[in-house]
Amino acid sequence: MTSKASGKKIGELLLEMRDLRIDGQSDEEWHPIIKGIDVVLHRGEVLGLIGESGAGKSTAGLAAMGFARPGCRISGGSIVFDGIDLVAASEEERRKLRGVRIAYVAQSAAASFNPAHRLIDQFAELPVQHGKSSRGEAEADAKDLYRRLLLPDPDNIGYRYPHQVSGGQLQRAMTAMALACRPDLIIFDEPTTALDVTTQIEVLVTIRDIVDQFNTAAIYITHDLAVVAQMADRIMVLRYGELVEENVTHAMMSDPQEDYTKTLWAVRSFQKQHAAKPEVSPLIKVDHVTAGYGPVMVLDDISFEIHHGQTVGVVGESGSGKSTAARVITGLLPPRQGQVLVNGQPLPGDYRKRSKSQLRHAQMIYQMADTAVNPRHRIRDIIGRPLAFYLDMKGDKLENRIRELLNLIELEPDQFIDRFPGELSGGQKQRICIARALAAEPEFIICDEVTSALDQIVAEGILKLLDRLQRELELSYMFITHDLATIRAIADDVIVMLEGRIVEQGPTKEMFTPPHHEYTDLLLSSVPEMDPTWLDRLMETRRTEGVMASASTS
Amino acid sequence: MSDSSDSGITQTADAVPPPPPRQRRWSDAWREMKKAPMSAKFGLIVIFGYVFVALFAPVLTPFGESEIVGAEFEPWGTVGEQGKTFILGTDNLGRDMLTRLLFGARNTIGIAFVTTCLAFLIGGVSGILAAALGGWVDQALSRLVDILMAIPALIFSLLLLTIFGTSIPVLIVIIAVLDSTRVFRLARAVSLNVVVMDFVEAARLRGEGIGWITLREVLPNIRPPLVAEFGLRFCFVFLTIAALSFLGLGIQPPTADWGSMVRDNATLITYGDVTPLLPAAAIALLTVGVNFVVDWFLHKTSGLRDDQ
Amino acid sequence: MFALVRVVAQRLGLGVLVLFAVSLIIFLGVELLPGDLCEEIQGQAATPETVAACRKELGLDKPAVTRYLGWLGDISKGDFGRSLANQREISELIGVRLSNTLFLALVAAAISVPLALVLGILAALYRNTWYDRAVNVVTLSSISFPEFFVAYILILFLAVKASVFPSLSNVSPDTEFWERVYRVMLPAITLTLVVVAHMMRMTRASIINLLASPYIEMANLKGMTRSHIIVHHALPNAWAPIVNVIVINLAYLIVGVVVVEVVFIYPGLGQLIVDSVQKRDIPVVQACSLIFAATYVILNLTADILSIVTNPRLLHPR
Repeated sequence: MTSKASGKKIGELLLEMRDLRIDGQSDEEWHPIIKGIDVVLHRGEVLGLIGESGAGKSTAGLAAMGFARPGCRISGGSIVFDGIDLVAASEEERRKLRGVRIAYVAQSAAASFNPAHRLIDQFAELPVQHGKSSRGEAEADAKDLYRRLLLPDPDNIGYRYPHQVSGGQLQRAMTAMALACRPDLIIFDEPTTALDVTTQIEVLVTIRDIVDQFNTAAIYITHDLAVVAQMADRIMVLRYGELVEENVTHAMMSDPQEDYTKTLWAVRSFQKQHAAKPEVSPLIKVDHVTAGYGPVMVLDDISFEIHHGQTVGVVGESGSGKSTAARVITGLLPPRQGQVLVNGQPLPGDYRKRSKSQLRHAQMIYQMADTAVNPRHRIRDIIGRPLAFYLDMKGDKLENRIRELLNLIELEPDQFIDRFPGELSGGQKQRICIARALAAEPEFIICDEVTSALDQIVAEGILKLLDRLQRELELSYMFITHDLATIRAIADDVIVMLEGRIVEQGPTKEMFTPPHHEYTDLLLSSVPEMDPTWLDRLMETRRTEGVMASASTS
Repeated sequence: MSDSSDSGITQTADAVPPPPPRQRRWSDAWREMKKAPMSAKFGLIVIFGYVFVALFAPVLTPFGESEIVGAEFEPWGTVGEQGKTFILGTDNLGRDMLTRLLFGARNTIGIAFVTTCLAFLIGGVSGILAAALGGWVDQALSRLVDILMAIPALIFSLLLLTIFGTSIPVLIVIIAVLDSTRVFRLARAVSLNVVVMDFVEAARLRGEGIGWITLREVLPNIRPPLVAEFGLRFCFVFLTIAALSFLGLGIQPPTADWGSMVRDNATLITYGDVTPLLPAAAIALLTVGVNFVVDWFLHKTSGLRDDQ
Repeated sequence: MFALVRVVAQRLGLGVLVLFAVSLIIFLGVELLPGDLCEEIQGQAATPETVAACRKELGLDKPAVTRYLGWLGDISKGDFGRSLANQREISELIGVRLSNTLFLALVAAAISVPLALVLGILAALYRNTWYDRAVNVVTLSSISFPEFFVAYILILFLAVKASVFPSLSNVSPDTEFWERVYRVMLPAITLTLVVVAHMMRMTRASIINLLASPYIEMANLKGMTRSHIIVHHALPNAWAPIVNVIVINLAYLIVGVVVVEVVFIYPGLGQLIVDSVQKRDIPVVQACSLIFAATYVILNLTADILSIVTNPRLLHPR
């Protein structure tokens, strides 16, 4: 990509991995994780490794350092870094390369910093232990890098302990640490996955600037296409430990060749047909609700309505109170003030005081399908229980209804009815959760981040299914997510939450066209787009408008 | 949107290995056993051997449990007046050592087993309930257990045995109650991990009662750690009862019991005779066997390899 | 620092509370006696008059609350009352024996703590090697042995077959130090064998847990040497779990002495409590239980507080 390559030269060959094979151990047997891939990287080049969970991207990234996690082994192929064969090299030779010529930035900075030492100590030990510079020089360099990575109070922040610093700052401090010995290659392993979108963008910008400034080669590992499009010169798509496709970024983004890659790219195409809002009274009315845990206030005077057959999307970053709003509606957290009305009738605040039919009419689908179904129950029992519990179904009637529901969620009844959840994939489990919710014959379903834990194609399938069910069964959804693309695809109305308040609400179409509330604007503009020039354009606008200044203090 | 294309995508992206057949639990268990390490196989053989002896003690033994059949402290292999051989000699009262040893299996193991079951009933039920109900029930039970556990178990049982006297029912109840505190802690801790899961929340929101939540939702998910704990607790109870009997405060004569057999014949040690070590070794062998099996079971079920 | 002080103060307060609860339980236990202490003392010879007189003498006619507070007040002055068996001052009985018990526990600790730590750390570092597996099997076995089994095996081999150590550990207040050490050697080794297995398994588990943390992997990926990683990255975080392991096992030692003292006829507190249980000398059993329980509570409290003060999150609050 020219915009990223600007000001730096892609030089000679730096890293070459040929027919790389890595095995992982489970149950005392070795299984292949990486099944023979070739990775070639030149000086100054940024390579994006992309794939869904389990594709083997982290394992491949670590192999570039000649490192295999405990329980893994490099079983074949060659890894040559700048003329040094890392497979044949002794552990001591590899150790001397790590941190000095090849550095690593981990996904969770909070866990990867030693809690017992200050940030600057962990920075300084790199050059000092490797005999590159004195402690004093290292500290001065650390402060300089902290400044260049836009950390607040760069002269003093290093003297803090990891738990005293926020997540986004820690991630930048870790990038600074990776740069301590001015390595030739840095491996970024999902460095922004654990961060909120508005924080993610700061880290992305600083990582990219620093890679440019030092002309460092990098392997950028992520599952997020839009992110990798901003960061990489070249992209490799991995799946099940094999290479699917490889190309320079702009070609890859504009013209993917393989079917699998195309489906990845096509993911965000789904768009719900908006139905007209019925003019009758709302199904759910959340009326001036204030709620919290102990002394902590999480929701502050929240009001909104959900109409029959409509989807309300609730969006916000972690800690915005969007899940708490769902807990108030379900009765898990009784409100301090205000109330929730269903068809104009107030609901008891505590779910234990609600009648069976009140409980039946509001169902819930969770983010983690893994933990939302009991792993020791068969599919038959999971879907059958609400039928037996609410509708007193027994025998053949019960069996037939379970099969009907499985058909409805597009799973073959004969094949699935006697399985345990452990024998299903993530998407299939989420479908079972949908079937369980439908079994209660509800009017209203709360979907709490239901697609966040799923790979993109699977998520797309779930969204389509939910949309179809809504049309067929006239369901209302409250759709909670941090992902604006999902909201745009599925919601009729949007509610934007920040720190327990609603900052903006309205029909989806209006919300995605300016003018926005200031925070909505920040949130909207921070969501990475597929266009490889997006980050550059955004930074340009923010620089002129001065939005970044307020964002970087968070 | 056409359904066929949708499910087509779902299958490519969402493929999952075919389900393993579920019917062959026993043959699975047999296969696992054959793969088990030597230590676990050894443990299993030991446990089966002890259970066999405990069940068939009256058939296997040449004499009655507390029958005095010869002189005191006869050496191994002495032939008694009835013409039968005292294979392991006689004890301090002239009872056949081998007979006492075999009957000891029945009494010592039986009492320890009953005690452990009782401890699990008390501790397990209250632990799961505390986790599922939360609130003041949990607070009250947990604080009570904290205080009971602040007193070392052996000392506490000595105190209680002084007060209530030493009889087998009292012994069983005291040890079971004291030991149930540890079962409570474990049951509560593992249940807490399950109770916070979304499927339990889903069951609560469905309106399910506490019975369904504890028995159908929580219990099936905490079975493996509880089974392992049963093995460990059994060993602990077994050793505690043995220690108390050894101190003369546990199972009382004339009931044959390994702990008191060591005590009664201890003087022989000073003459270099290993006979009193036999019942002690019998205790040790069984606990070693159970520990080996539990260790392997923990490996298999939870990957808790390094949890002590 | 304020947070730290507050948390430590909370724990200390909690510890005092627990001690009170324990004393209450020990006191109330006796209230559960069928009949009461006086009927117990006089047994068959009891007549209503003598029982009444005895009650008056022991203060049993007063309400339970008054007696509990009086009992607690006396104990705080070091007065545990009199033994029923021989009418001697209990504090007198206990004094020497308590120091004997502590001496034995200390000797055992001096051997077992360093041994267990070294073996445990080695097992963690050389994980899944033959050494680790062998250690696993050996420690599992030795955990499973009853204390008296270990004790008699040692007597058989080290006292009877080869007269290295005495089989009876009789000491008196005027036995000199090294002679004392020599005489308690067998009980100390017994306790060591029992406790080392526990301690080293716990040490191994906590070190392995620590070595699996992401920051250790990070240190590896920074190219730090193995010794640097262990000394600078693992050790500062290992103190809390290791101290915990040590203290918990010291508490176990103090309690574990009971059986061992009986085997070796060592004049300690454990033997006293067993004798008194057999004689149903309730005041003595109460006093001994209280001392054992208090030691146990205080040691566990120490472990708790030590692990708090070594936690960087509390040492350096935000």
